[in-house]
Order: sequence, then C-alpha cells, then structure tokens
Amino acid sequence: MDLTKVDKILTNHKNDKAMLVAILQDVQDEFRYLPKEVLNHISKSLNIPLPEIYDVSTFYKAFSLKPRGKHICSICMGTACHVRGAPVILETAKTHLKIEPGQNTPNMQYTLNTVNCVGACAVGPVIQVDGSLYGNLTSMKTIQLLKKFEKD
Amino acid sequence: MAKRLLSWNDLKTLQKELTKNINPKSRWIAICEGTGCRVYGCLDVSKALEQELQKQGLNNVKIMHTGCHGFCERGTLMVIHPEGIFYSRVKPEDVVEIVEKTIKNNQVIERLVYVDPQTSKKIPYEKDIPFYKFQKRMLLGQNQKISPTSINDYIAIGGYQALAKVLFEMTPEQVISEVKTAGLRGRGGGGFAAARKWESSRKASGEPKYIICNADEGDPGAYMDRSVVEGNPHSVIEGMIIGAYAVGSSDGYIYIRHEYPLALHHITEAIKQAHEYGLLGENILGSKFTFDIKISRGGGAFVAGESSALMQSIEGRVAEPRAKYVHMAEHGLYNKPTVLNNVETWANVPLIINMGSAAYGKIGTENSKGTKIFSLVGKINNTGLVEVPMGVTLKQIIYDIGGGIKQGKKFKAVQTGGPSGGVLPADKLDLAVDFDRLTEAGSMMGSGGMIVMDEDNCMVDVAKYFIGFLQEESCGKCVPCREGLKRMFEILNKITDGKGEESDMQTLDDLSQLLNDGSLCGLGNTAQNPVLSTIKYFRDEYEVHIRDKKCPAKVCKALIRYQINKDKCTGCYLCFKNCPSNAITGQIKQKHEIHQDKCIKCGICYDVCKFDAVTKE
Repeated sequence: MDLTKVDKILTNHKNDKAMLVAILQDVQDEFRYLPKEVLNHISKSLNIPLPEIYDVSTFYKAFSLKPRGKHICSICMGTACHVRGAPVILETAKTHLKIEPGQNTPNMQYTLNTVNCVGACAVGPVIQVDGSLYGNLTSMKTIQLLKKFEKD
Repeated sequence: MAKRLLSWNDLKTLQKELTKNINPKSRWIAICEGTGCRVYGCLDVSKALEQELQKQGLNNVKIMHTGCHGFCERGTLMVIHPEGIFYSRVKPEDVVEIVEKTIKNNQVIERLVYVDPQTSKKIPYEKDIPFYKFQKRMLLGQNQKISPTSINDYIAIGGYQALAKVLFEMTPEQVISEVKTAGLRGRGGGGFAAARKWESSRKASGEPKYIICNADEGDPGAYMDRSVVEGNPHSVIEGMIIGAYAVGSSDGYIYIRHEYPLALHHITEAIKQAHEYGLLGENILGSKFTFDIKISRGGGAFVAGESSALMQSIEGRVAEPRAKYVHMAEHGLYNKPTVLNNVETWANVPLIINMGSAAYGKIGTENSKGTKIFSLVGKINNTGLVEVPMGVTLKQIIYDIGGGIKQGKKFKAVQTGGPSGGVLPADKLDLAVDFDRLTEAGSMMGSGGMIVMDEDNCMVDVAKYFIGFLQEESCGKCVPCREGLKRMFEILNKITDGKGEESDMQTLDDLSQLLNDGSLCGLGNTAQNPVLSTIKYFRDEYEVHIRDKKCPAKVCKALIRYQINKDKCTGCYLCFKNCPSNAITGQIKQKHEIHQDKCIKCGICYDVCKFDAVTKE
C-alpha cells in the first residue's frame, strides 16, 4: 500500500485533526475505500486513537471499510422516489445482482448501495451509477441499465 | 487573472462594461443544465446547438448554459430570447430544425411547444405557461439569466451591489435592523427569525465569530438548495458576506452534501472567482472588512443537517447534536459565536438589501415574509421547483402551478416538511402555506419538500417509510429516539405485513409522546409527525390493514399478489422471460403460473403483459 499518497493528503490538510472527515473523504477518493492500514497510519500520524477514527468512518454513510466494486450503483430511496416505486426498483436490483445493499457482486463488478435522496426528485425513481443519474425507472429499465454495466 | 475590484466604483464600472454591449433585441438561448435536465441529456443538446450555430456561422447568437429553471418534468428546457419562446423535451436531433426555423426565421416549432395538460392549449411563450405564470421567482428567476460558473454574469445582473451598499453605506446594526424589519425567517425548517440569531451573535463575546451556510440538504424529496447552489452560487456567497459584516465575523463555512457533486463544483469555482475580484479575502472592495469562506463536505448523515451536529462534523467528529439550552449564536463552532442559516435564507439577504425591507415585507403573510421555494414532486403533472409568495394555498400550488395529479388520478395527500413533517389530506387544500399555518395543521414548512400522493399511495407505507428513514439516520445519542424509532418501525412493519393488532395504534401514540419528550434534537422531537398525521387523517387505512389484512392502495408487498388469469393468458412467454426471480413457470403457448413463494412483486409481468392477463390483488 502506497502510504506516501496518504502523507500527501495529510499535508494538504496541514495534519489538522479537525480535518479528519475531509481527510477520510480524500483517502476514499484515492483508494475507493478506507483500508485498515491507512486508518492505522492516520491514527499514528495525527495522534488520534484508532477507535475515534473508526467512530467517524462508520458513522458517515459515505465511507466504506471494505473494497468496493468497479461500478457503484446507488438506488435513491428519497420520498419522491419512494412514492413512485423505489422499493420495487431496489427489490429488482437485489434480485438481479443477487446481493444486498452494502455488498459487492462476487466478480467485484458492482457494489449495490441505497442513498437517501440524490436531489433529482423530478425524475424519480432514480439510480446513480458511478456518479451519473438515470431517471424515470421501471423494474424493466433497471435490469437493462444494470446489464449495460455488467460487461465494462 | 481577473483584476481585483478596489472600490464600489470599480464594481460599478465593471457592471457597466459587462452590460454596455447587451442589446435587448439580440438573440440568445438559455439552456437548462440543472441536475434534472442532465438526466434528460441536456449536455448533448448544448453540444449539438453549439456545433450547429458554428456550422451556420451564427457566432453572434449567445448560448447561456444556466442552472435549474425549475420545470424539471419537461427537460431538456430551452428558452429562445428575446421573444422567450419555450421549448421542452428538446433532444439533440431537434437542434438543426430549431436553428433553421426559430433562430434564423423566427418561426415557432409547434412540435416542441408546451401543451397545457388541463386545457390542451399550446403555449409558445414561457411567460404564459401556468407553471411559471403563477409563481414569484425572485430567487429562481435569476438562475435563468446567468451561467453559474461566471461571476461576470452575476455582476451584470446587479450581483454584489447589495454587498457594496452594505459595506459603504450601512453600519452592521443597520443591516441587522433591515433584515429584522423585512421579517426574514430561516428557510431550513424551524423558521427562526434570522436577525435574532445575528443580533445575539454580534453581541456575544469571543473571537473569531463564525458564519455557516447549511447546504446539507438531507430532506428526502427536496432539492431547492441544490438548485440554488448549482444555479446561482454567488447569491449565497453574497448573502453570507453581508451576514458576516453584520455579525462581525471573519470566517465562514459552507457545509455541503457529498451527494451533490455539481453544486460542490460550482460553489468551489464561485469562491475562487470571488477571491480573484477581491470580493472575498482581505479588505473586500477596498473596505476594511475581511471575510473568507471554506468548504466542508458532508459525509452522508441526515442528522448532520441539525445545527449543532453540523458544527461537530465541521470539527471532524461524528455528527451528534447537543442540548439546546446552549445557544449556537453564543457557543457554536469551536465554542465561538456562530450564525448558521441555510442556503435559501442566505440567498434572500441580497434581495432584502436591494429591494429594501419595506418592499420585501409586502410579500407574504403577516408573520411569514418573502417567497419560499418548494420542491413539488411525486404524483404531480408538473414536477419541479416552484417559488411562491408565502400565503398561497396548497391548492394553488398543486393545481394552478403543478397542473394537478398525474394520469387524472385522485389526489390523496401532500406531505410537507420532510421526515419531521406530516401529511395533509384533500380537505386541507385550502390551507395558506406559511410557517405557522402548516404547523397548526400537524405538518410543518420544513425546508420545502412537497410530495404529492395519489390514490395509489398507501398512507401506512408512507409512515413506515419515514420512520424507517429516521431510525436509520438517528445518531443514537438519545435512547428514546434510538430505541423508540426501532420499535415504531417494527410495529409499522407488522401492520403492513398483515400482522397488526388493535392495540398497535395506541402503542404508536405512546411512543410518539415519548420521542417528543425525551429527544435532544429535532430529528427525535418531530419524528412522530409522519405517524400521528397519517393516523389523524387516514385512520381508516390503518384499520383496514389491521382488521381486514388488506392494503387498499395495493402497495404493501405482503398484502398483495400478482396472478395470471388463465382465460386471458396466451402463453406468449413474455412474463416468463422477464421475471427477475424465476417465479413464473409455463411452456410457450401454454398457460403460465406465478409462484407466490418466489415472487418479489416487482410488477414486471404486470407491465409487460399485452393481454391484461396479469392481475394485482
């Protein structure tokens, strides 16, 4: 693991303890999750007890302590999407990918997540795949969308 | 590198410079590039338009890549000026025709013109469309005139003039008094008087003082703040600088959701530009006033939108709220005096200074002044963002602006105020929308989510949805919230599974009281609203679930089943092929069957069947 990248992130934030959330966000952008070694390293470098770092990294939904798949598929569970059928979309995605939210497919192609509103309420139900939004979904369209990313 | 503006005069000169070549008769095109339109592929439309104009040598036609126009239902939106011709659902393949007919020959293309769903009348001009006509778009209207990544666009329409006026013509006390007279109340949910916070913070001892903009719009079903930050970031920055001057603060933070990458990008860019012009940093516009803004990204926690929890998060800790007897205005971020307002509140500040408190105070009701932006979503024809003066009725918003319910279905309820709010039934449609009336009716204004529901929505399911949301988002600090919500969620699950008991509603009521009494912050205090309001207005629906084990709206999974009508099934194989859970068996040209143990109730078979052979009961 390349810890010099972590040191660079820490320097960018002036080794400031108060910037912990921002530091972890940068680490996750770099490594796609929060590797244990990196958390240990941050703990030692900033003199923050490891449990405190775990406290923060498990509190916020944005952080993952496990490696994530190539494509991150987040199903919006906001109210507007809910009343337009988001639970059915989630059920369909779970059945199609054969995983639960928070899990990766065995081939690491997908991570399935739920998100509490991405603010694209007018086009719900919405799925976010790798940051791009897909709207006005039905169960059928969801399967078509998931199939599209299965091969690349 | 832009030239630093060293005085109000510099700003005025720049504005003159930027506007001197604008001919009101010249042609320009506004394309909405807000999040909604991006889903519809507006960026491809923009690209196609740029290429076509270049190909045709129409270099004098300006394209304005704007933020959200609000009418998200109809994306991609395009408005052709100076006439204000409104085209919706524009696709890249329409562009050649638009340039040829409308841009070059002033012809309106009928096919792209908006058709009023209620009257079937074609309406070619934006100003005549009911969705826009009945609004008062003081904030959102600016989105359509500027490119969010251009500070010059904002300055051209008068941006930062309010700041200059404050810096050079008003004392901090005068600014606070002006905001107080205008009656500005916080748009984030509570509706607390903004000037009162500012005043206590100004009087409090401790340095530095902090100004925070809460852009952690966590309310599910609401995206007003997203569109303001994405579409007009400078209005928020200007509001914050004015607030900082009034309070005597030198340090500001914008706490923004990580789920809003475009908003983050635009606000980052805007802060950079404001720096280059000397509108942020030391000696703003050559005055003695110094103020700077840092960005703090949220980590995806709903409770972080609560003011004290948000401050914990900025300090790098978990977002747990604290008791309210300690006022943030005196002991906030890093225990220093802090003023926190949300995006829409800050964006209203320059308006108040520019219009004057007297004119601003004429808009709205006695105790709720100004306009409010609502995210009008759910089962409504014209979904989108609407800005109306406070005091208009729910009916005006839902029917006149929103165009009524989708597919001619029956209105059932409207949910306002997010997870802390409640649902209001049809007989409350004449309610005037302001902070106090909504609270009296058992809901609340909240940050402005307005989710419309029709006969196909189950009210027990809606209550379960919100309680499920809140129990997941509860930070866990207070036991009544942490445990109480779990128990409420279990009971609601029981009811929607057809296992409810008569005593359940009383237990829900008792737990609601406990949550209200025993939680520190608004998340727990108000968590009972979705449950109590649905019980109050839709008690019969709960009773049918409990007594008859039926879901009248056919939503609750355990209480519905899909079946194949053997008389109608032709054995076409379509449902079999598309079923994601292999719950359907049958040979081609023979009757099919759905196995209930495997069925996930996704409804694909129901949607794909061409012979109406699949029934939902």
